[in-house]
Amino acid sequence: MLSKSEVQKIANLARIEITGEEAEKYSRELSDILGFVEKLNEADTEKVEPISHITGAKNVTREDKVIEASDETKERMINNFPEKKDRFDKVKAVF
Amino acid sequence: MIRELHKKLINQEITSEQLTSDYFDSIEKRDPQIEAYISLNKEFALDKARAVDGKIKNGEEVDLLAGIPCSIKDNICIEGLPVTAGSKILENFVAPYDATVIEKLKKCDAVFLGKTNLDEFAMGSSTENSAYQTTKNPHDISRVPGGSSGGGAAAVAAGMCAFALGSDTGGSIRQPASLCGIVGLKPTYGAVSRYGLIAMASSFDQIGPLAKSAEDAAIVFSKISGRDRLDSTSMNMAEKKYEDLLGGADISNLKIGVPKEYFSEGGLDGGVKNLVEKAIEKYEKLGARVVEMSLPSGDYALATYYIIMPCEVSSNLARFDGIRFGQSVEKEKTEDNLVLSDIYFKSRAKYLGREVKRRIMLGTYALSAGYYDQYYKKAQKTRSLIKKEFEEAFKKIDLILGPTAPTPAFKIGEKTENPLEMYLADIYTVTANIAGIPAISIPAGSVRIEDKELPVGLQLMGKWFDEETLLNAAHVFENS
Repeated sequence: MLSKSEVQKIANLARIEITGEEAEKYSRELSDILGFVEKLNEADTEKVEPISHITGAKNVTREDKVIEASDETKERMINNFPEKKDRFDKVKAVF
Repeated sequence: MIRELHKKLINQEITSEQLTSDYFDSIEKRDPQIEAYISLNKEFALDKARAVDGKIKNGEEVDLLAGIPCSIKDNICIEGLPVTAGSKILENFVAPYDATVIEKLKKCDAVFLGKTNLDEFAMGSSTENSAYQTTKNPHDISRVPGGSSGGGAAAVAAGMCAFALGSDTGGSIRQPASLCGIVGLKPTYGAVSRYGLIAMASSFDQIGPLAKSAEDAAIVFSKISGRDRLDSTSMNMAEKKYEDLLGGADISNLKIGVPKEYFSEGGLDGGVKNLVEKAIEKYEKLGARVVEMSLPSGDYALATYYIIMPCEVSSNLARFDGIRFGQSVEKEKTEDNLVLSDIYFKSRAKYLGREVKRRIMLGTYALSAGYYDQYYKKAQKTRSLIKKEFEEAFKKIDLILGPTAPTPAFKIGEKTENPLEMYLADIYTVTANIAGIPAISIPAGSVRIEDKELPVGLQLMGKWFDEETLLNAAHVFENS
């Protein structure tokens, strides 16, 4: 069972603000789901390697070549900034 | 359906403009009730349709999909159009580029009618998690269409587009196809580029068609599959026109396995079970060999999925932080003394929905220090187990048959209170995503509940990159 304070800690790691009431609800729901996935402990995986890629692709590389985005694409990306100054994404101070 | 429309278009019996307007008419008539579409692009669509009509008039050769009106799930980017992923955090976001599948369909001159509803970031099995609207099942509007591609499935079923593109992470194409009575194909992982699909769980996500028939699904799959340098997990495929490979009526060489575990699970509806058994008889009559088999590790599939998927979700959705795009409390200017971290915490709290937050937190927990081995690594091992079991199984058989979903469409609101209960809707579909194999849901009949005929889907799963056998078996079933 995840406690309310554990849920607060997880929410903090996930950068999501939650209220005390929400923490209580999430503690119940997440505990239910964690209880459900406990099932995996029954599986014998002693000699099994964890999977890395499902179709077996390995070290897929491509030429290190810049393909310039179109001007429209660039403008659209800039227009999607929540706050901007000229063509820069404007953000709050870190501290 | 696509072939017939194509014939009419090139014989100039109809124009794409007329066809497109007709679809908009039926959207106008039915969609206020069904709510399959989040946004429509009428001018954009009609322009394209007229351009195709021009080409045909000039005697130019056009693609099978040219002028054919379709819908696109609203987590796939079309340059210059809004894309919400069903989330408030992407309200007003405009896609800066085309997804590879869109670029490919544009080359075919397909007509995009609009963007369809989904559970927020494709997380759900009913569209009830959409931040915008709940789509209704066209067969009974008190019931869900399934999800997460419920908008696209309902649009196809209600005649509001000729076909749809959806995405499938744990069943999100096949389960709504089953509940709406249409065909839904989840291709092999890597068969279709994911570039421009808003990522949910990258090791499971695949884009695929929702359509009226296996042939239509084959046509669309031929157009959208193949290696793409912008998605390093996409694979080189032999260039095939899958639609031309159908019609091998002789399926006597086909060996179909039916896992006994699928019928021992308590949650399987009696009516669904009955229809799957009838389908088995039909395949036997058609000459296929049906054998009982066992997939014991399948028992771990849903638990494996509900660890790996949230882990990938927590990582993929970290980008929605109110800084570079999407909704942000930064725009609101209510509090002046906010620092950078406040923007993250408050934007995510305000604009992400409950199920999305739940999965982000679950994944964050499973990946956090001290729990990684217990959860993530363990699940990657059971994923190996499940994949191995399929590899062994496919040495002896060609296809695996079973139900797509445990029940027909359920009532709106029936499963929203208990997340775990909703997760069980994916019990038969997640294994294909875990193993990376292709799977298709095709209509198997219907059950009568409260005076309504509710469709039931049959699921076939095939070998890696063997969509040909899968589509052909579906096609034969449909046409006999």
